Amino acid sequence: MQLLRIVSVLAWRNLWRNYRRTLVMISAITLGVWAMIFMTALMRGMVNDMLRDGIRNLPGHVQVHEPGFLDDPGIDKLIDEPRGELEARFRASGVTDWASRIRVPAVVTSEQESRGVTLFGIDPGAERDISFVAASIADGRNLADAADDGAVIGLKLADVLETGLGKRIVIMSQDPHNEIADRGFRVVGLFDASLDVQEESAIFIGRTAVQDMLGTGDRVNEIVVQGNDYRNVAPLLEEVRQVAGPGLEVLPWYELDHYLGSMMNVMDGFVLVWMIVIFLALSFGLVNTLVMAVFERVREIGLMLALGMRPSSILGQVVIESLLLLSIGLVAGNVLAWASVVPLTDGINISIVAEGMEMFGAASVLYPELTARDVLLANAVVVGLGILASLSPAWRASRYQPIEAITKV
Amino acid sequence: MTAVRCIDLCKTYRQGEQDIKALDHLSIDIEEGGFVCLSAPSGGGKTTLLNAIGCLDTPDSGEVWLTGQRVDTLSKSALANLRLHKIGFVFQAYNLIPVLSARENVEFVMQIQGIAAQARREDSMAILREVGLAGLEDRRPAEMSGGQQQRVAVARAIVSRPALVLADEPTANLDSKAADALMQLFRKLNATHRTTFVMATHDQRIMTYAKRLVRMLDGRIVEDIDQHHA
Repeated sequence: MQLLRIVSVLAWRNLWRNYRRTLVMISAITLGVWAMIFMTALMRGMVNDMLRDGIRNLPGHVQVHEPGFLDDPGIDKLIDEPRGELEARFRASGVTDWASRIRVPAVVTSEQESRGVTLFGIDPGAERDISFVAASIADGRNLADAADDGAVIGLKLADVLETGLGKRIVIMSQDPHNEIADRGFRVVGLFDASLDVQEESAIFIGRTAVQDMLGTGDRVNEIVVQGNDYRNVAPLLEEVRQVAGPGLEVLPWYELDHYLGSMMNVMDGFVLVWMIVIFLALSFGLVNTLVMAVFERVREIGLMLALGMRPSSILGQVVIESLLLLSIGLVAGNVLAWASVVPLTDGINISIVAEGMEMFGAASVLYPELTARDVLLANAVVVGLGILASLSPAWRASRYQPIEAITKV
Repeated sequence: MTAVRCIDLCKTYRQGEQDIKALDHLSIDIEEGGFVCLSAPSGGGKTTLLNAIGCLDTPDSGEVWLTGQRVDTLSKSALANLRLHKIGFVFQAYNLIPVLSARENVEFVMQIQGIAAQARREDSMAILREVGLAGLEDRRPAEMSGGQQQRVAVARAIVSRPALVLADEPTANLDSKAADALMQLFRKLNATHRTTFVMATHDQRIMTYAKRLVRMLDGRIVEDIDQHHA
């Protein structure tokens, strides 16, 4: 304890012997830590926004299907919608937000054009908090209820089909017996989605109207379930699997949309790489500072060794000096990052690059997200790698022979 | 009792193409409570002998014994421990740690030894008074004269009551008045604490303070004078 005290006192006072050099290094660490945390908050905000958007673009958090549906998403793979016993089990399990859908490939035809699309038969009330449609109506109206036989299509699809509000389109698909099923619908609403692909290929119609057209009775082929946190979907997945039973396939959003799933993992990896790259740039300055500090104090180190201080204490002294330097920089960097993110809670307008960003599903307003996990990771990277970087000069200092160090000119 | 015993010590340094014999089959015994001055011209081997006795350097051959323990075969860690508990050092220059005050410098060795703060403080203040530095305990080395700095170094060397104090040219950077004062302090501490002092110098005037004068040349003892009875 006595030894730790004197070693810490020496480390702290030595830090301020060349206060200009120390201040420059602290500034560099502060800036580096700020860049780590602030830029990560921006990237995290952007990616999370893309993920939330992606999840609202129909996958939901968990989906229930007949096994094999994802490989061949046809109308023949029907399941019961959660009514009666299934609904009661859903409610008893605490799952509150779900929607039953019909989703089939179809061909839509206007007076001018035809196009392959995905037809969704939905209950707009149940979908309100799950999918993007209700919040994305750009013109006309949303579907009123599951029996609504109006069609809501994307603005881009309307352009392609050269159709518009109030006009009729014909939708053609297959029924469960592989017979052609078609029907005319009037366009009642146009939506503006964040992803072009949704705007060009999705058509929404009331679920019972689609069930009538396809002759599926009251059965559906997709149940979407929403939980509280898309990042922690495992408990919900387990819950729904229990409720759905072994005969149905229950999959989380990251397996339904591999692009979205990989985005989250890639982001985590990217954050770590980003932090390490910044630290590597910092470490050159840190190592240089410590090497200079050791070089300037060779005689003192020799004296301390001659007086009986063990080499391990000399090593500890340099490492503690490095830790103090890093700690001051970390505190300042954390405060600066926090002070930079808090005023931006209303978002940063990046509309100047919005066109390019939209290709990736990013919004034109960026909301930085400061997470405790990222802040802890940045601090751990700086402390962990900082100690590693300081070991080399510390080791060198501890290896001096006392008599050679004392007489060094 | 013998405080230091050196038996047949040899140490050779290589300087360019030339081998220099710093110690050439040197043997010496120093009694406990002795005050020995090693005198030699530059390169005569006095500092090498001091370093061997102080466990700062190992001889090429021969044996070094301190208070009955052979030390030239000990590990680095054991040597560090020995220096910490048995030997006090006063070097010619760069003697103090610049970021510590006079009192903290004196306490440094005790702190490494793990002595409690209260005891450290009492001992350090007492020894600083004894070496005539009362009131200067909070000054850092840069705020003190060369003589005062050497007194702090002496205080640090003796505060934990080592068996042996080694001083290498302790007066080299001092004026004659400060040098005399330091030597009188050495004599006083030697007399009151019975600490063994071994000092290397080439200053004729300083040699007169020692009880025993050992003259060296080319790594060998050429004269050993008992000045106490002279």
